[in-house]
Amino acid sequence: MMMNSTSIVYLIALPLAGAVILLLAGRRSDKWGHLLATALCASSFFVGLYQLSLMFNRPSQERPVSQKLFEWISVGTFKIDAGLLLDQLSICFVLLITGVGTLIHIYSISYMAHDPHRRRFFAFLNLFIAAMLLLVLGDSYLNLYVGWEGVGLASYLLIGFWNEKPAYATASKKAFVMNRIGDMGLSFAIMIAFATMGTVSFIGVQAAVEQTSTPVLTGIGIMLLVAAIGKSAQFPLQAWLGDAMAGPTPVSALIHAATMVTAGVYLITRSNFIFDAAPTAQLLVVIVGAITLMFGALIGTAKDDIKKALAASTMSQIGYMILCAGLGPVGYAFAIMHLLTHGFFKAGMFLGAGSVMHGMNDEVNMRKYGALRKAMPITFVTFGLGYLAILGIPPFAGFYSKDMIIETAFNAGGSKGIILGIVTLLGAGITAFYMTRVMILTFTGTPRWDEKAQPHESPWLMWLPMAVLAIGSATSGYLLSSNDSLVKWLSPLFESHEEHHELLPPIIVSALALVMVAIGVAIAFLKYSRREIDAVAPKNVSIFTRIAREDLMQDRLNEAVFMRPGQELTKTLVKTDAVIIDGAVRAVGRLTIATGLSLRRVQNGFVRSYAAFILMGALAMIVAIWVVVQ
Amino acid sequence: MSFISPTLDYTLLSPILILLGGALIGVLVEAFISKALRSTTQLTLTIGTLVLSLAQLWKIRNEQSMSAAMGSVVIDGPAILLQASILIIAILSILVIADTDQFTALAAALPGSEEERHSIRTGNQVTEVYPLTLFAISGMMLFPVATDLITLFVALEMLSLPLYLMAGLSRRRRLASQEAALKYFLLGSFSSAFFLFGMAYLYGYSASVTLAGIRESVVGGSGNDVLLLLGMAFLSIGLLFKVGAVPFHAWSPDVYQGAPTPITGFMAAATKVAAFGAMLRIYYTVFANAEWSWSPVISMIAIVTMLFGSFVALAQRDVKRMLAYSSIAHAGFLLSGVIALNKAGLDASIFYLFAYGVATVGAFAIVTLVRDSSGEVTDLNRWRGLGKRSPWVASAFAGFLLAFAGIPLTSGFIGKFSIFSAAYESGAKGVVFAGILSSAVAAFFYIRVIVLMFFTDPIQDGTSIEIPSVLTRFSIIFSILVTIALGVFPAPLLSFITTLATFIR
Repeated sequence: MMMNSTSIVYLIALPLAGAVILLLAGRRSDKWGHLLATALCASSFFVGLYQLSLMFNRPSQERPVSQKLFEWISVGTFKIDAGLLLDQLSICFVLLITGVGTLIHIYSISYMAHDPHRRRFFAFLNLFIAAMLLLVLGDSYLNLYVGWEGVGLASYLLIGFWNEKPAYATASKKAFVMNRIGDMGLSFAIMIAFATMGTVSFIGVQAAVEQTSTPVLTGIGIMLLVAAIGKSAQFPLQAWLGDAMAGPTPVSALIHAATMVTAGVYLITRSNFIFDAAPTAQLLVVIVGAITLMFGALIGTAKDDIKKALAASTMSQIGYMILCAGLGPVGYAFAIMHLLTHGFFKAGMFLGAGSVMHGMNDEVNMRKYGALRKAMPITFVTFGLGYLAILGIPPFAGFYSKDMIIETAFNAGGSKGIILGIVTLLGAGITAFYMTRVMILTFTGTPRWDEKAQPHESPWLMWLPMAVLAIGSATSGYLLSSNDSLVKWLSPLFESHEEHHELLPPIIVSALALVMVAIGVAIAFLKYSRREIDAVAPKNVSIFTRIAREDLMQDRLNEAVFMRPGQELTKTLVKTDAVIIDGAVRAVGRLTIATGLSLRRVQNGFVRSYAAFILMGALAMIVAIWVVVQ
Repeated sequence: MSFISPTLDYTLLSPILILLGGALIGVLVEAFISKALRSTTQLTLTIGTLVLSLAQLWKIRNEQSMSAAMGSVVIDGPAILLQASILIIAILSILVIADTDQFTALAAALPGSEEERHSIRTGNQVTEVYPLTLFAISGMMLFPVATDLITLFVALEMLSLPLYLMAGLSRRRRLASQEAALKYFLLGSFSSAFFLFGMAYLYGYSASVTLAGIRESVVGGSGNDVLLLLGMAFLSIGLLFKVGAVPFHAWSPDVYQGAPTPITGFMAAATKVAAFGAMLRIYYTVFANAEWSWSPVISMIAIVTMLFGSFVALAQRDVKRMLAYSSIAHAGFLLSGVIALNKAGLDASIFYLFAYGVATVGAFAIVTLVRDSSGEVTDLNRWRGLGKRSPWVASAFAGFLLAFAGIPLTSGFIGKFSIFSAAYESGAKGVVFAGILSSAVAAFFYIRVIVLMFFTDPIQDGTSIEIPSVLTRFSIIFSILVTIALGVFPAPLLSFITTLATFIR
């Protein structure tokens, strides 16, 4: 039996209270709203630390704790409690969400200082934190679903925070609609699980897996994968992430780099018992991850918008995680490790991008940057640490986590292992290329600034969080992997079976990865450091560049395959509705009213007629009863 | 022949006795208090009486007795619940009735006579409506608890006679009001005659006037079935007349339209509770034991009533007449609770009666607010765009209409759902089918009014919304809150009803 706790709920309640207070108090809280929101997020982080310390002091099988909040749905034998589950996996997310969240709250105090709606921004941030915590703390798929929809809402509100610009409002709508497809997947998964297993709690489903047939598990697995694809911007539903950069940069750092977009990885890791029993679904997970990691990396090479380049990189890095999570029990822990390190370095780089934009009048085009190293030394150093981390240069964080993924991919066995190994290696090389490109275009070379631009370093409230994240980028990999600490921490949750067929020894894999990275960096240097950068993106470029600039045609594909036929379908449906259904409805309506009008005539106002009705009614009643009796 | 002195259980009878006492004092007040103080005194007295009665009822809520008055009155769970519903509805209605502008200054004066003008000019407003209401309420309270036919008949007349008078008290369109009163009186007497006739047959059948005695004969099956049959049919006609079931409904649209609107609301809500209460008791405790099934006949009436009410309501252009036909349709829905003849049917009927009654009082209270210079505006065409001019009032009215239509999150949905599911359980599938069909038809005309109020442009014809008096406002707000609360959290009241509502025999 799992231990009960009564304090898990505070993790969620604190930021939720912040959102409620700020939204209800309205303008009255303009002066102190941001401070309250930051304080509440930080307190949630400390509750998380406290829970972690409690967890450390318990033997490993007693570490998970649960809390029942209230009976949510109770219909006959079907009961769902609103309950929370805090185990080794969710505590990792809790600390990531609240830790990075708090830093980004602090950063936003300064970043949003001149925005008239700063309070509303902080209310939404707190709402997001609460929803995201519910997502990772829910003890059943249904509770997770509530958080899942909650983060979707918060993401929508924050992407469209500056919705006075139509393009931004459209971007938030696009993100929301594409996420709906994923959400449908999750709800189908829940329905299938309920229909076949009769339960939707994690524990219940895990117990029921053995008695469930493989096709059903595959179905659930594929639906969960669809959900993950939507939320984590994986192929083929990745197109929204680039547009989501319309939101304020702290949002991109928190939601679209460190936390929400990793929910898909959480979902797959949490559902390990389903995927382990459904190899087909698991294979699909790997394929989706592999395609996306290449896809994102290729898009990243062609983007001139610094945030979109980082977004493409996020897509690609999450592709790594999904791929690794699809490799089964050996991969889950490494996927989570990369998720955590990525949370540090990607959030740090996004904040760095925000800092650059802050100093450059919100310019996002890297072709108009250049030589910012001197103007923004702190931003340069922190961004640079994140850069070293994502490349996987030892001893920075990415080296540990990404190498593990590449290694695991090679060890997957057979031709699958070789293909995946090569894909992940290539991905690492391309990552090195486009990240170096970002570094060169932004921080080195000659200034290509607008006349009005006066680059300057950001205030301490902004660089402090960047510095903290940079330290994380530098050290987290070592801390998490030394002595296999994260793997051991998580191992009780995953079924472990020791199958170890090493294709390549680790040292060779690391060497290969470093070689690929070196090649990527070298190409980028040759291409961008040696010659002048055009201030406007050149037009006469190869077809590949053009395709990459257009997000590998994904939007056009969506348009041709989904949007146009969808519009045609709705048009036909509207017509059918207007002619056939409405026609029928109107005919029924006319008939009904005609009936009413003719019946109305009996109400002629004469008492004698009314009395006659009563008499006839009485006679009819007697006759009727007589008939019944006979 | 020895004479047994009657023993009365005054505690159990006290809610009714308090009302009668209050009514009598009201008559004295009407005679002796100066006209300046009369209105206020009457209002205070009436509300005080009702609240006292309700408090007394709360005190005895767990008591049960077959012989509260020598076997003529029974106090049990359903009795308490029905009486409480009547009292709550009555209090809400009195708050609306308190707007004396609705009532004629001097009912005894001929319409348009010098005498009438004089009393309006001098402000000599008579307030006999308060004691009349209290008398009617005492009759309603007695009706569902009476256990012998004589008491039942006395209660029926006690509730009817004041209502006939009250229907004629309208200040404006007095002739229509008096016509309504007369029609109501004539047809009511006609149906009372049927009722009496039925009593005679039942006495002939069982040689007893008590429900217990009749039940014994029915269970024993010893008597002449023809007498039982005729007795049941005629007694039912009297009851069906009061609830406005087709074909005994014809009075209701005319009376609803002619009567002063606050009285219409009171009548539509409280009379239904009383009449259905009595009907439930008689059918559940006596007729349920009949060896042959009478339910096909009542089912037919239920189906015809629902469909007729809904269809004809579609064709109405007057809000009061529309609500009258809607109340006919609701009588049909409620009959399916009578047919169900199971515990769930009883519980659902009581819930439905309370929910419907509260919403009805609220809806008619709002009708009193929509006026022009010559009084209330009941022509629906002139309700256009009301939502734009008075969003709060129109929203409340929309809430009541949605409750009548049985839309979820209102008390009407819970009521309809529970009453139909009880009827379905008992096998009355045809009734449930007709009920759902007519609910669909009914939803159309309810929602049409909402569309009219909110989605059409206002017309400038001097129709305005009266600022409601504090009392009317309270009544409306309370009604809408109850309507919504019972739709969202019905469980407490439903379980309260379920634990209490069992007829003792």
